[in-house]
Amino acid sequence: MRHIISLLMENESGALSRVSGLFSARGYNIESLSVAPTEDPSLSRMTIVTSGSDEIIEQIIKQLNKLIDVVKVLDLNDGRHIERELMLVKVKTSKQYRDEVQQLSNSFGGRIIDASENILIIEFTGASTELDNYLKSLNNSLVVEIIRTGASGIGRGDRVLKI
Amino acid sequence: MKAEIITGAEIAIRSLQKENVKFVFGYPGGAVLNIYDAIFQQSSFKHVLVRHEQAAVHAADAYSRATGDVGVALVTSGPGATNAVTGIATAHMDSIPMVIISGQVPTHAIGQDAFQECDTVGITRPCVKHNFLVKDIKDIASTIKKAFYLAATGRPGPVLVDIPKDITAETAEFIYPENISLRSYNPVKHGHSGQINKALELLINAERPMVYSGGGVVLGNASEALTEFVKLLGLPITNTLMGLGGFPASHESFLGMLGMHGTYQANMAMQECDVLLAVGARFDDRVIGNPEHFLAKPKKIIHIDIDPASISKRVKIDIPIVGDVRLVLEDLISTFKTQKNKNSKTSDSEWLKAINQWKEKDCMSYEDDGTKIKPQKVIQKLHEITNGEAFITSDVGQHQMWAAQYYPFNKPRRWINSGGLGTMGVGLPYAMGCQLAFPDSQVACVTGEASIQMCIQELSTCKQFNLPVKIINLNNRYMGMVRQWQEFFYGNRYAESYMDALPDFVKLAESYGHVGMKIEKSSDIESALKEAFSPKLKERLVFLDFITDQTENVFPMVPSGKGLSEMILADGAEDL
Ligand SMILES: Cc1ncc(C[n+]2csc(CCOP(=O)(O)OP(=O)(O)O)c2C)c(N)n1
Repeated sequence: MRHIISLLMENESGALSRVSGLFSARGYNIESLSVAPTEDPSLSRMTIVTSGSDEIIEQIIKQLNKLIDVVKVLDLNDGRHIERELMLVKVKTSKQYRDEVQQLSNSFGGRIIDASENILIIEFTGASTELDNYLKSLNNSLVVEIIRTGASGIGRGDRVLKI
Repeated sequence: MKAEIITGAEIAIRSLQKENVKFVFGYPGGAVLNIYDAIFQQSSFKHVLVRHEQAAVHAADAYSRATGDVGVALVTSGPGATNAVTGIATAHMDSIPMVIISGQVPTHAIGQDAFQECDTVGITRPCVKHNFLVKDIKDIASTIKKAFYLAATGRPGPVLVDIPKDITAETAEFIYPENISLRSYNPVKHGHSGQINKALELLINAERPMVYSGGGVVLGNASEALTEFVKLLGLPITNTLMGLGGFPASHESFLGMLGMHGTYQANMAMQECDVLLAVGARFDDRVIGNPEHFLAKPKKIIHIDIDPASISKRVKIDIPIVGDVRLVLEDLISTFKTQKNKNSKTSDSEWLKAINQWKEKDCMSYEDDGTKIKPQKVIQKLHEITNGEAFITSDVGQHQMWAAQYYPFNKPRRWINSGGLGTMGVGLPYAMGCQLAFPDSQVACVTGEASIQMCIQELSTCKQFNLPVKIINLNNRYMGMVRQWQEFFYGNRYAESYMDALPDFVKLAESYGHVGMKIEKSSDIESALKEAFSPKLKERLVFLDFITDQTENVFPMVPSGKGLSEMILADGAEDL
């Protein structure tokens, strides 16, 4: 099953490679991984999307906790949470398709952030599956480039990941 | 009081002094010259100059295994650090507390492909508990403090501190932190009392209880507690290769080692028990064989371990108890003593009868016509002559298994070997570490003619530091363990496992200034060992080259991937 794991770690050089190294050394999946500093500059927050059986997810959480630089780990799937990913899509549109692409994008909540003669750049945020659905609906031959950040997540209500 | 201003190199040395380090095993080079200069000017610890950095780490590792203190190694940048990697990985796999200090090129040169630069922190990351690159002289002392703390607490392990050369020459105040706390690192100590009660109830009501203990008991100084608990409940017990000595082998409850080359009774009892108590052990492949087969006979499993990640890693655990094994065992003992129902069901039960029947198989007997030297017999005689009190180090191969099988250990920290990584070459440096820690004790290195050649250069270190190690070379002219697998599983095709062009070990030992003996007859085993351990040779390293029965195999054997009860026994081997 797909899991989205959030963690706080010391903002030290090499901390990221300790996490990514753990996944490759133990043969765990990484679907996406995103990391950025937090409001506390000594900490970074990382979101990892992975998949595996319950036993494997349990091991992943334990192994992450075992890393000395990791301060706290939360499996967002253990409770209600919100997941968002940012995607930028560059599409080639001749006059004839332009309206169609715009409409489709709007209906998925996308925003045109750049337009030149034949090119539109559309920005989306949403759960990863919503972004997948948009891409499925779009005529593939029009797509020039896609960039996705990987998911970030946050617990709903008073579920917080903080020290 | 104003703090003293000293160089970074001196700060590093003072920090080691603050940690009460007695020995540093190392090898100099450009990046650590400032540190060596500071070593030259101090006398609180002894520097042991090895002949290869791998041996520095192994010797420091053995020092730690034998004493329980943190071992310390010092190497230069680049090749010094890469040579140390095998030693670090070996210590990591067996959770040995160590601090390795490596020199690094100056901070301004990092990333420039400077002379003798390598990414030491990157290379060692997967095989350390933690590592640090110190970029500021102000951080040297606190980083070394953290390194010792991390190495020795929780599940122990090696910690590497990489120090660039320029900051060892700069000067700063020396302030050594008294205490350290890390917000991201809080190892547990006491086990959960609810879990402890549940475990006890399960054990008391078990029909076929069994205890299996590993290296964690030795590392956690929990042998006394374990022994008391096992005796209180009258439970049968086995030890892993790493756990030998954790429970006295001469006690009647001891079933011998388990696993790939474990005894028939230990492996059968593991397979057939209904409640298993695992203490400081990790259910690894060489120990429980195929996990599905292991669980085919339903059993409840209690697992005490300091490392939560060891729980339910290979086998699902019913009652996990995360905590310091000694404290948990002590809690189990005190809880048991307050219980009303103290009658465990085991005494005089069907279960003990079954175990006794398995023992009757006498799985460790071997044929000996008194001509060719049987390696098993050499170990038995070694046990006799050293009264079972020696520190026994071993390399990796058949000789290692024979040492584990035929030298029963009654005390922890006497059996020093590489269980997890299985590193050939550790034997001699391990013996050096033990002998330095215990200069008046007998130290024997049980090895094979292939393994000993992997760190043979250390005979020179032994000469320089007068280390009277006794080397028991079980010379079968084969990489015996490889040959055994080729005989059993590869149709007798002995690919590259014959050891050709062997040196004359007697002359070799002599050329290093030691005593060499070649023993070719079974009837000479005892006299040779007696002489080697006699007062006359007490101060000397003796290399005993035993020319053994070339095709002897290690039994019992659980073939890789098979179940624990699917052992090949000596008398069944012809059917293969
Ligand atoms: C560094 C290293 N390389 C290879 C191996 C694989 N290996 C395991 S046992 C063995 C043979 C050991 O031969 P020897 O030291 O003569 O001992 P014997 O088995 O004959 O007692 C080998 C090559 C290893 N364990 N370590």
